[in-house]
Amino acid sequence: MTTVTAPSPLTAGEKGRAGDKFFSGLTFAAGGLILVVLLFVTVFLVVNAYPALIAGADELPSQTSFFEYVWPLVLGTLLAAGLALLMATPVAIGVALFISHVAPRKLAKPVGYVIDLLAAIPSVVYGAWGMLFLAPLLVPIYDWLHRYLGWIPLFNDPSATGRTILTAAIVLAVMILPIITALSREIFVQTPKLHEEAALALGATRWEMIKMSVLPFARPGVVSAIMLGLGRALGETMAVALVLSSGALTWGLLAEGNNTIPAEIAANFPEASGLRYNELIAAGLALFLITLVVNLAARWIVNRHKEFSGAN
Amino acid sequence: MAKRIDANDLNVYYGKFLAVEGVNINIEPRSVTAFIGPSGCGKTTFLRTLNRMHEVLPGAHVKGKVLLDGDDIYGPGVDPVTVRSQVGMVFQRPNPFPTMSIKENVLAGFKLNGKRLSKSDADAIVEKSLRGANLWNEVKDRLDKPGSGLSGGQQQRLCIARTIAVEPSVILMDEPCSALDPISTLAVEDLINELKNEYTVVIVTHNMQQAARVSDKTAFFNIAGTGKPGKLIEYAETSTIFNNPVEQATEDYVSGRFG
Ligand SMILES: Nc1ncnc2c1ncn2[C@@H]1O[C@H](COP(=O)(O)OP(=O)(O)O)[C@@H](O)[C@H]1O
Ligand SMILES: [Mg+2]
Repeated sequence: MTTVTAPSPLTAGEKGRAGDKFFSGLTFAAGGLILVVLLFVTVFLVVNAYPALIAGADELPSQTSFFEYVWPLVLGTLLAAGLALLMATPVAIGVALFISHVAPRKLAKPVGYVIDLLAAIPSVVYGAWGMLFLAPLLVPIYDWLHRYLGWIPLFNDPSATGRTILTAAIVLAVMILPIITALSREIFVQTPKLHEEAALALGATRWEMIKMSVLPFARPGVVSAIMLGLGRALGETMAVALVLSSGALTWGLLAEGNNTIPAEIAANFPEASGLRYNELIAAGLALFLITLVVNLAARWIVNRHKEFSGAN
Repeated sequence: MAKRIDANDLNVYYGKFLAVEGVNINIEPRSVTAFIGPSGCGKTTFLRTLNRMHEVLPGAHVKGKVLLDGDDIYGPGVDPVTVRSQVGMVFQRPNPFPTMSIKENVLAGFKLNGKRLSKSDADAIVEKSLRGANLWNEVKDRLDKPGSGLSGGQQQRLCIARTIAVEPSVILMDEPCSALDPISTLAVEDLINELKNEYTVVIVTHNMQQAARVSDKTAFFNIAGTGKPGKLIEYAETSTIFNNPVEQATEDYVSGRFG
């Protein structure tokens, strides 16, 4: 005799619940994996950087303490990335708005594709382009800037090759432009029609509508897009290594000199050994910390206006 | 100043699709006019031609004339932006700007005119508009809180306050109560009754009791079948439309025999 107990209609969800468990397990594992990887990278950096951090100035190859060695690199990195961001952000937002809200559809599509293609170009190509094409092109412009604005220290000693921190920043700007543009466009087109029409019905022009509904809606997303661009600019190695004729820290944007952490590491890592190796890893740790701080700052900016985000 | 609206032989298109055909209607100033009809008959479409919001959609256009106190709003050289600042609109779903406070929402239209407002002027306008929208007492202590934190009915009245703040001539409302609970609906209906003292009000509603309660005149739109254009079937005093309409289709619709 077998007794078949008909399952109660209320308990029939066994299979669904298993799927639910599997899915939550999967997401949990994925999230955990990211944290574990991050932890390992951090531990690796700290362990390998430690000897350089505690070493005396006389022990280190540069005969200066690690902090004296790294701060010009930190400033150079921030300078290059900051300048790049300053140039790329307005252009990127303008192009993204053009594609999403101004251009007729026939034009918006191809422009969008071209932008996406720019993102797919490898950084070595950008570096070679910057070194061989852009730098010579900029020399006369730098001379002109020096002639008329030379009284500002930023525009002293124009380089004869054009391979300066400003050129590197321009190349970086071109590299991060497609990232910021593509992400911003995605966010702009998601602006609820409801709010765009609210502005238009009040008598807003297209630009006023953008200011009233599109930009406020997109703000957190655009901040994230800019941060991704900044992250790429901070960490970019090849393009800077190729373009920049590196040297000691200088405020002259048109002068040769300056260096960034990634370019410094890339140029010296292959031959490094002993404390020099630790020193370079420690520089990498510094870059890691900068990126972390930048991202926390971005989170803070985004969260400051949470109450007004429309998410409630 | 309330203005009259006359539409003459108006055809409304979405690309090649003729959505509404041959509308002739004269809407008196300082009155409430209701548009009723089965869904898909073109009430929203026609309403949006009255402040040139229709053409915001790609490919959408009209043929014919819409006169605002005799001036053709589709005439050559007429800026749709100017038209919209004179003909305000309240949408089906409440849409206060989520990143703005209650106060900023009310003043949003003012900011557009590029006018610099002194703080006291701004406060006066905010209070007047919110009082006009029967919302002042509920929000006066939290003017700097986000507008999206209000209930649906309050949000809709905030949208009305935002619309009347710029003192338009005409207020268009597209099913303003369809997303609201009965109590909020009554609050908005009361408000519509007061608004007609100063404005020309046109309201689309799928609720016939609402049309009967708030409107002076009613326009019945109908559609012969899917893919066919919607048409204005009958336009008369609200009591006539509901009690002894001329057209059989109107009679069938208001007596609930279809739609
Ligand atoms: N954005 C649009 N594009 C194309 N056709 C539309 C659009 N909006 C509405 N329509 C069509 O226009 C007709 C009238 O629609 P609508 O004005 O929304 O009717 P109602 O408001 O009376 O329910 C319908 O056939 C609808 O499918
Ligand atoms: Mg409708």
